[in-house]
Amino acid sequence: MFKYILKRVGISILILLGVSFVLYTLLRCMPTDFVEAKIIALNTSGATVTEEFKQQMYKTYGLDGTIVQGYFNWLGNFCHLDFGKSFINQREVLSEVFDPGRLGTSFIVAAVATVFEFLIAIPLGITAATHQYSIRDYLVTVLVLIGISLPSFFFGQLLKDIFANKLQWFPVGQMKTAGVTMTGFEKFGDYLWHMFLPVLTVTILSIGSRMRMTRTNMLEVLNADYIRTARAKGLSERSVIYKHAFRNTLIPLVTSLAGLIPSLFSGAMITESVFDLEGIGKYALNAMTQGDIPVIMTYNMFLAALSVLGMLLSDLMYGVVDPRVKLA
Amino acid sequence: MKDNEREEQLHTVLADTAGEGANAEIAREIKEEMPETATDAIAVSQAAEEEKPLDKNVKLMSPTRMVLRRFFRSKLSIAGIIMLSVLFLFCWLGPVVYHRWGETETDRSGANDYWAKEVVTEAGAGEEGDKFVQVIVTEQGINALAKPSATHLLGTDEQGMDIFVRLMYGGRLSLTISFLAVFLTSALGIILGGLAGYYGGVVDNVIMRICDVLICLPTLPLMLIIGTVLDSNGVPQEYYIYLLMGLLSLFSWPGMARLVRGQILFLREQEYMVAAEAMGYSATRKIFKHLIPNILPQILVSMTLSLGSMILYESTLSYLNLGVRIPYASWGTMIEIISKRSDILQNNFNVWVPSGICIIIAVLGFNFIGDGLRDALDPKQRR
Repeated sequence: MFKYILKRVGISILILLGVSFVLYTLLRCMPTDFVEAKIIALNTSGATVTEEFKQQMYKTYGLDGTIVQGYFNWLGNFCHLDFGKSFINQREVLSEVFDPGRLGTSFIVAAVATVFEFLIAIPLGITAATHQYSIRDYLVTVLVLIGISLPSFFFGQLLKDIFANKLQWFPVGQMKTAGVTMTGFEKFGDYLWHMFLPVLTVTILSIGSRMRMTRTNMLEVLNADYIRTARAKGLSERSVIYKHAFRNTLIPLVTSLAGLIPSLFSGAMITESVFDLEGIGKYALNAMTQGDIPVIMTYNMFLAALSVLGMLLSDLMYGVVDPRVKLA
Repeated sequence: MKDNEREEQLHTVLADTAGEGANAEIAREIKEEMPETATDAIAVSQAAEEEKPLDKNVKLMSPTRMVLRRFFRSKLSIAGIIMLSVLFLFCWLGPVVYHRWGETETDRSGANDYWAKEVVTEAGAGEEGDKFVQVIVTEQGINALAKPSATHLLGTDEQGMDIFVRLMYGGRLSLTISFLAVFLTSALGIILGGLAGYYGGVVDNVIMRICDVLICLPTLPLMLIIGTVLDSNGVPQEYYIYLLMGLLSLFSWPGMARLVRGQILFLREQEYMVAAEAMGYSATRKIFKHLIPNILPQILVSMTLSLGSMILYESTLSYLNLGVRIPYASWGTMIEIISKRSDILQNNFNVWVPSGICIIIAVLGFNFIGDGLRDALDPKQRR
């Protein structure tokens, strides 16, 4: 087991090196990089930009030299835990990307949405499976498939327009009511009120795949021999479904939990920008459109590391949850 | 994220569609290639079959017919087919029938806006001020943001272009792009996954590690970066999105490759593959003639489902202003305007809701068909 984990960690490091190289190469290919944009801005404001100054600029941002040189430079700094400074505001990338406020907002939206996703999707999946090909099955399937098919920006804007602009039940965006000082419980309520629409958007978009997963697994288990045995024994339908069948569908559900790790911290880019939430997703989106290389690298490497971790954990979970699976 | 989950499901659901047709195929080939000895045996067995006619009551169905029957039994798959046919007809025949406006044609028939206001001059001593009406005439060059009418069935957008017509042209582009991207992705995935699964060892290791690297690259950020790289790189606007989706395919084949590889690892241990080995077939022939056709059902389902997600990706890119650019239309581009102008979001539903509905219909249609295909091709289901 220990050897297996060690081997997987080694492979993960290789994967992450590959990811970082691909990302860095792509970023350096950007035609209008940050420095160029800055020089253009200086030019238009009337200042004369000498060639020397240009080179100096490229040097300070670490963009001189070839891509390979730049990459190894970045890698060296990375190993010293030096992530560089944001091009945009010259702050340390580490504190910018992992700003507790931003990360917290994204995490809360994702975590609450995930909890609701499981709470809604699993019962729906079970009823759809036990009533296969009935009206109920069709209805649930159609509804969740519509959920999968919604473009996030369209659905978010639609919700915003209907519930915030027209009905004014919820605020149009942002995190809290501006200009009002609130304390304790009131503040918490205000926060919930602001988070409702974003969480709803994320939940509805993600219920579908979870429900389909539950339904498929449940159907497979319901066809198994031991379910027939349980029915033949004269157990109540309730105990057959919830005690014997559902428990066995938990295996893929539990292991898929580990795969959710990246999505908990990555932030929902589109949803956050639609509802104007100060989350990591909106921040990264902004950095990407401006070509802020240190921020983009750190953010994406963070996500890549999380997904490598998620894959490793879900494989390990398989071994823990399902005794039939042996890791080697 | 969604994609991966879908594919995981596919793995679990479609574990073994293979096997059925495989033996017959080998038999046929043996017959073709070795006319002297093998045909006799087959001829004998065929003769034996012909002597005993099957009972008239037993209907013999080919696997294809069985699949089709199961597919059309589901109301959802029929609904999906109808939705997509309507959409395809609308997009490709629509502009032929209804050519009142062009895709990028601006309606320049803007009427003048009259704005009247009563003005009262300052009252002098002892007398009332003069009253008169001030009329402000604003000349509207273009007929922008018109309400739906007979001239513009769904009104016009902020640049005075007809929404109904743009919906059709946008659909052409969105659907074409997603088909191209899915075919390219699948071709790459099938070839690389096939090679990895068949050869194993070093080849497998290298291809799978590349897969791991590509899977760990977050999709949306990656597309944003590629989009920015392509941006203003001298790529003509008409071809920009094709290039973008093409590059995207280079990064999104691992899902398909994993599916194909997993199935081939299972299939190559089957007896019919031992037979193929004994026949001394070339590796290419074994992979592409005997292995791939047996995983075609899973590939087909996965392709159908990814068509839907490609449309979503394309529209998201266009919404972020990295996809199709105005004046060219795509469904995502037509929604993009509301991220800049909240007045259009609030007051002009006719500008952005129709294209959103079109996206939903298209994606839903592909999902329905994919779902129906998955159920129909699953050999575990007997109904």
